[in-house]
Amino acid sequence: MMHGTWTIFRRELASYFATPLAYVFIVIFLAAAGAFAYFLGNFFDRGQADLQPFFTFHPWLYLVLIPALSMRLWAEERKSGTIELLLTLPIPVGATVLGKFLASWAFAGIALALTFPFWITVRILGSPDNGVILASYIGSFLMAGAFLAIGAALSALTKNQVIAFVLTAALCFIFTVSGSSVVLGFLTGWAPESVLTAVASFSFLAHFSTIVRGVIDLRDAVFFVSVMALFLFANAVIIDLTKAD
Amino acid sequence: MDVMIDARHLHRRFGPILAVDDVTFTVAQGEVLGFLGPNGAGKSTTMKMITGFLAPTSGTAVICGADIVLDPIAAKRRIGYLPEGAPCYPDMTPASFLGFIARIRGFGGDEARRRIALAVEHTALQTVLAQPIETLSKGYKRRVGLAQALLHDPEILILDEPTDGLDPNQKHEVRALINALAPQKAIIISTHLLDEVDAVCTRAIIIAEGRILADGTPAELEARSRHHNAVRLSLARDDIDAAGALMRLPGVALVEEVEDGEGRGLMIFPRDGRSIVAEVSDLVGTAQWPVTALRVERGRLEDVFRAITTRAAA
Repeated sequence: MMHGTWTIFRRELASYFATPLAYVFIVIFLAAAGAFAYFLGNFFDRGQADLQPFFTFHPWLYLVLIPALSMRLWAEERKSGTIELLLTLPIPVGATVLGKFLASWAFAGIALALTFPFWITVRILGSPDNGVILASYIGSFLMAGAFLAIGAALSALTKNQVIAFVLTAALCFIFTVSGSSVVLGFLTGWAPESVLTAVASFSFLAHFSTIVRGVIDLRDAVFFVSVMALFLFANAVIIDLTKAD
Repeated sequence: MDVMIDARHLHRRFGPILAVDDVTFTVAQGEVLGFLGPNGAGKSTTMKMITGFLAPTSGTAVICGADIVLDPIAAKRRIGYLPEGAPCYPDMTPASFLGFIARIRGFGGDEARRRIALAVEHTALQTVLAQPIETLSKGYKRRVGLAQALLHDPEILILDEPTDGLDPNQKHEVRALINALAPQKAIIISTHLLDEVDAVCTRAIIIAEGRILADGTPAELEARSRHHNAVRLSLARDDIDAAGALMRLPGVALVEEVEDGEGRGLMIFPRDGRSIVAEVSDLVGTAQWPVTALRVERGRLEDVFRAITTRAAA
C-alpha cells in the first residue's frame, strides 16, 4: 500500500512539472495572493506587522485555483484510457487514490510555501507573531487539502476536465459560504434548528478564520481532515463503481 | 499442460445489455489463444474482466491459482496487459514511463534497469527513449504499451489488438516476439485480423454478442470452411469446358468460376470436405489441359468467421 502510494505520488507530482501547468499555477497564485493582500487587504496601509490581509483571501483564491489543480486528476486518466492501465497494476485502488491526492496536495503546499516573501516582508517591517503566521499557514494548507479532496472525487465522475472544474468550484463555493447569512437566511424559518447548525458548521470560512486568528483549535483541524477523509473515500468508491464507463 | 488462465462462466451486464454471456475457457502454458469477433462482440470486455479492470456481474477468472475477484492483487502480479489502444501517459518519455511501471511492480535499482533494458530491446524502443510519448508515432506508442506489459516477465500476457496500427514490418516483428515468448507463457490476443490468427495463435475462439460460438485450433476452424480442401485451378486457355468434365468426377460437388487477384480460374469444391486433389490432377493429366496453377485451399477463416458471426446476428 505504502509503496504503491509513494510511486503514484512521485509520478503525479512530476507530471505537474512536465507541463506548463505548474509554473502558470504558481505564478498566478503568487500574483493573485499579493494583489488581493495589497489592494483589497491594505497590506501596507494598515500599519500592522501581520499576514492577516494575506490569509483572509485564501479561501476565495482557492475557490478558483484549486479546481484547476484537481480537475485533471482522474478526468485525464479516463479521457486517455490510462485509467485501465493504472487500475490493472497490482496495487489497491485506495493506494492510487491516496497517491494522486497527496501529490496534488504537495503541489499546493509548494505553491503556498513560495509565498514566504510576504513573511519576510513583515519581518523586515515589524515584529510579527510567528506563531499566528505558522498557524495560518497550517490552516491554509489544511483548507487546500479539503478543496483538493472534493475536487479529486468530482474529477473521478467525468472524463471532461471542464465539467470537473465547474462542479468542484460550485461545491467548494457551497462549502465555503455555508455559514454565511445568505445560505442560512435561505434555510431559516423552515429548516429545523439542528440542520441550520449543521450547515453552518460545514463552513470552510468559519473554520479557517478561527485558525487565522492564531487559534489552532483541534476541532478545526479535525474538520478539514474529516472532509479530506470523507471525499477520498467517496473518490475510491466512485472509481470502483464507474471506472469502465 | 498447466492451466494458467481459467475463465469460469464470466457474465457482464451493462444496464439492459448482456455484453458477455457465460464465457468459459482455459488457456494452458504454451498456448496462444486468439479472440476473434466483430466489433462490440465482447472481446475487450472479457479481457477487462480477466485483468481485473472490470468486475464480472457473475463468474470469475483464476489466474495461476489466484482468483481475480477474491485476490486481485496476487492475480494482477502475474498478468502483463496491453489495453485496447495502448494508452500511455503522453507527457512522459518511454524511459520515465517504464521506470514508473518497474517501481510500481516492485523493482528497484539494478533489477529495474535490467528489466527495462530487456523490455526496450524486445520492443526496439532504444532510439525514442527520451522523447515524450505524445510525439511518437502510433507504432512506437503501441510498442511502449507492449514493453510495459512485458516488463515484469509475466506468466500471462493479455494483449488487446497488439498489432493494430502497425505497418507490415512492425506487425511481423510483434508476431515474431509473441511466438518467441509463447512457450513459457499463456497468451491471449484479441484481433480482427484473420491472418494474425494463422500467424501466431495455437487456438482461436470466435465470440459474437458475448457468447463463444467456436473454439478450436485454426486448422480445425478452417476445416469448417466451404473452401476446405477445395482446389483452385487456372488454365492458360479459356475455350475448354473444364467445368463440365470436373463436375463428372465423383468427389466434386460444385465448380465455380472465380476471378480474384490471381486472375480467372475455377474453384472446385469437394463433397463433404474430402480431399479431391488427386482426382483433379489425374483428370488434368489425362485431358492434357494447359495448367498455369493448381492449388489446394486449406479453408478460409473469413468464411467460418462470417458464417458463424452472421448466423449469430440473424
